Amino acid sequence: MSIALTDTDRPATPPAFQHVSTKRKAKNGLATVLVWLAFAVAVVPLVWVLYTVVVKGIKRVVYTNWWTEDFSLVLSDEVGGGVLHAIMGTLLQGLVCAVIAVPLGMLVAIYLVEYGSRSKLAKTTTFMVDILSGVPSIVAALFIYALCITTLGMPRNGIAVSLALVLLMIPVVVRSSEEMLRIVPDDLREASYALGVPKWKTIAKVVLPTALSGIISGIMMALARVMGETAPLLVLVGYSSYVNLDMFKGEMGSLPLLMNTERVTNTMADGSVGADRIWGAALTLVIIIALINLAATAISRLVAPKKK
Amino acid sequence: MAKRIDARNVDIYYGKFHAVDKVTFSVPPRNVTAFIGPSGCGKSTVLRTLNRMHEVIPGARVEGDVLLDGENIYASNVDPVQVRRTIGMVFQRPNPFPTMSIRDNVVAGLKLAGTKNRKSLDEIAERALRGANLWKEVKDRLNKPGGGLSGGQQQRLCIARAIAVQPDVLLMDEPCSALDPISTLAIEDLIAELKKEYTIVIVTHNMQQAARVSDQTAFFNLHGVGQPGRLVELNDTEKIFSNPDQKSTEDYISGRFG
Repeated sequence: MSIALTDTDRPATPPAFQHVSTKRKAKNGLATVLVWLAFAVAVVPLVWVLYTVVVKGIKRVVYTNWWTEDFSLVLSDEVGGGVLHAIMGTLLQGLVCAVIAVPLGMLVAIYLVEYGSRSKLAKTTTFMVDILSGVPSIVAALFIYALCITTLGMPRNGIAVSLALVLLMIPVVVRSSEEMLRIVPDDLREASYALGVPKWKTIAKVVLPTALSGIISGIMMALARVMGETAPLLVLVGYSSYVNLDMFKGEMGSLPLLMNTERVTNTMADGSVGADRIWGAALTLVIIIALINLAATAISRLVAPKKK
Repeated sequence: MAKRIDARNVDIYYGKFHAVDKVTFSVPPRNVTAFIGPSGCGKSTVLRTLNRMHEVIPGARVEGDVLLDGENIYASNVDPVQVRRTIGMVFQRPNPFPTMSIRDNVVAGLKLAGTKNRKSLDEIAERALRGANLWKEVKDRLNKPGGGLSGGQQQRLCIARAIAVQPDVLLMDEPCSALDPISTLAIEDLIAELKKEYTIVIVTHNMQQAARVSDQTAFFNLHGVGQPGRLVELNDTEKIFSNPDQKSTEDYISGRFG
């Protein structure tokens, strides 16, 4: 017996799609809360530190002479003077460090990505760079002390600081440049080879320009990091309260060193000259590093490949 | 300009893997030769040995001779950079240089090879873009980045870039596989134009395309899984698609396998 079923005769089937189950809703809620909590835990200390530095440091930083004078003519408990000597020292040491570390680090990265590929030397280099990036800054400083000052008989000076910073900066530059070079598609290299362009020119004119934006921001971040380093400064150069631009001779001020010197020599009571100087120097350092990061973003945007 | 290619007993390896076994064929000048065959049979690999691009891959090597108008491009004293300047290549995916403008993309080969004369570069860029049927579409935005063009336009830009260095031979590795039918048609028309001046070898998965654009067709196939690819048959395109000499060619073309 076969009779065509009409719609109403069909047995009622359950709907194919159901509501999100309570269990899944609960899990989703819990996960959301945890993510927000983690976010808060990460952000709160950051905002707190920044707030403290700004509030306590702003007192001295707003005066012009903070940026244009040094401490050579003021007494240690006298209000006035500025940190020009420390700013110049920090910038100069950072610059000399970058001039040495950036070309070296980029050449290593180019070797690793473009030439070394799977060779033993490349593997060893990568391993060494990893080790170097794990070396604490005080160890780098002591190494330079042993090499330059004890063995070669150099005086403690700014260049020794820069050399120690080079040791800390190279692995960061190598790593970030390597990453950036690796994400340049092989298609572009092949397109260039197929036009009869030699390998070195392909690297210089096609690969590097394509990766340049990322490489620059990596370098600037690395620079910002080493400029806040303190251990090499403590070990390798004395503090001067006047502007000294000679990297090879004499003591040299810098912002981290200034903070430490004031802490040791001055009273630290809240609102005292010493405390104000330290917070002012801290805020100055934060501003300089923020400016470098901003410049990094601007430059890398400028050189990034454009769509339209 | 257009030159003749003779490949003789070419064996191609990736490290220890024997990818292509003893391929011998000839491509006459001003002629379009299509390579067809199932995936992994070595068509693209053979194509890449014709301008020494194969050896760019670490561990890859080639045995045998490839003659360009009688001159062996695998002779020990031959500079692969010179070979690639003489034998241009267009790739499967359009790959304009992202940091360069449309104009700079077209003249990249010449500029990176050291030509400084701005005026002649402009002329060459225009000639190459006209040659690639792209001039009308981009003449007002030559200084805009090449990445802003559509996929089909980018591929024609890459063809313009390849012909700007005035090669003797143009190799095309599935140049239309990433393009829509209209862009494909534009490129096929272009191939018919370019044939007057260049020797062209094109790899394609599209048998209608091979039938449309080529004068002779080479069918590649594998001995079996893990075996090297080999050239089964090279014949006039008309013959390949109507009455091929080999049974496996007919099976492949009629869709019975592959």
